[in-house]
Amino acid sequence: MTEFTPWSALLGGVLIGLAAVGMMALEGRIAGISGIASRLLPPWPDAAWKGRLGFVLGLVAAPLAAWLATGDAPAQSVPGNLPLMALAGLLVGFGAVLGHGCTSGHGVCGLARFSPRSLAAVLTFMITGFLTVALMRHGLGS
Amino acid sequence: MPFLVNLGLGLLFGLGLLVSGMADPAKVLNFLDLGGAWDPSLAFVMAGAVLTTALGYRLVLRRPRPLLAEAFQLPTRRAVDGRLLLGAALFGIGWGLGGFCPGPALASLGLGAPGTLAFLPAMLAGMALARRL
Repeated sequence: MTEFTPWSALLGGVLIGLAAVGMMALEGRIAGISGIASRLLPPWPDAAWKGRLGFVLGLVAAPLAAWLATGDAPAQSVPGNLPLMALAGLLVGFGAVLGHGCTSGHGVCGLARFSPRSLAAVLTFMITGFLTVALMRHGLGS
Repeated sequence: MPFLVNLGLGLLFGLGLLVSGMADPAKVLNFLDLGGAWDPSLAFVMAGAVLTTALGYRLVLRRPRPLLAEAFQLPTRRAVDGRLLLGAALFGIGWGLGGFCPGPALASLGLGAPGTLAFLPAMLAGMALARRL
């Protein structure tokens, strides 16, 4: 069980949206994290690598900033099945690059632009996400 | 300059992920668990993010160009193709297995959970692999 937290969810969503709008206003780009992170990987080079590296380091530094601001480390519960998590990571990374975007690029920026491609991608990954959890939690003999 | 600007944007994005609960796989997996302990919080994250972005883009894209770049670089592809759908389908399976997508996984690195440390290198390897296709 996790608690339903509509207000912090909404506030966090607005912060994510402000970052996406800031990226467009300043750099003229979509704030798609799989695109930003994957272009830091080979094949190189990429002229915009300094900006991409800055963005990724900003993401990585976020828990530190949250801890400095509140005095508490953000709470989370990460599944502990390590081979399963590695498989999940492989699928997420491979699928996001193959499908030209993830929850941020398609889910936030694409839907905000009313992109039909992004809508198709979001519906697809929501459906396979729902089915995967249904199978893992309720399907396999339980 | 681009480094610091992007560092700030990444930090803001990451704080949004942490505040919203999107960086907690337990909340993501419970959002995806319609038949179980469903937690609808993530729908509110998406609503807040998409509405803010849609409104902000309307204002920003009226301008002739971004403040720190020559021109806006918007995706131009329109067609829904097999590659897009296959990629999204695989992404969704991974998302449903681990409860992480790329942003939350990166924003969780510093929290040091073993599951995160297993997920992240595999995610980067998957990205590098797909870039070679």
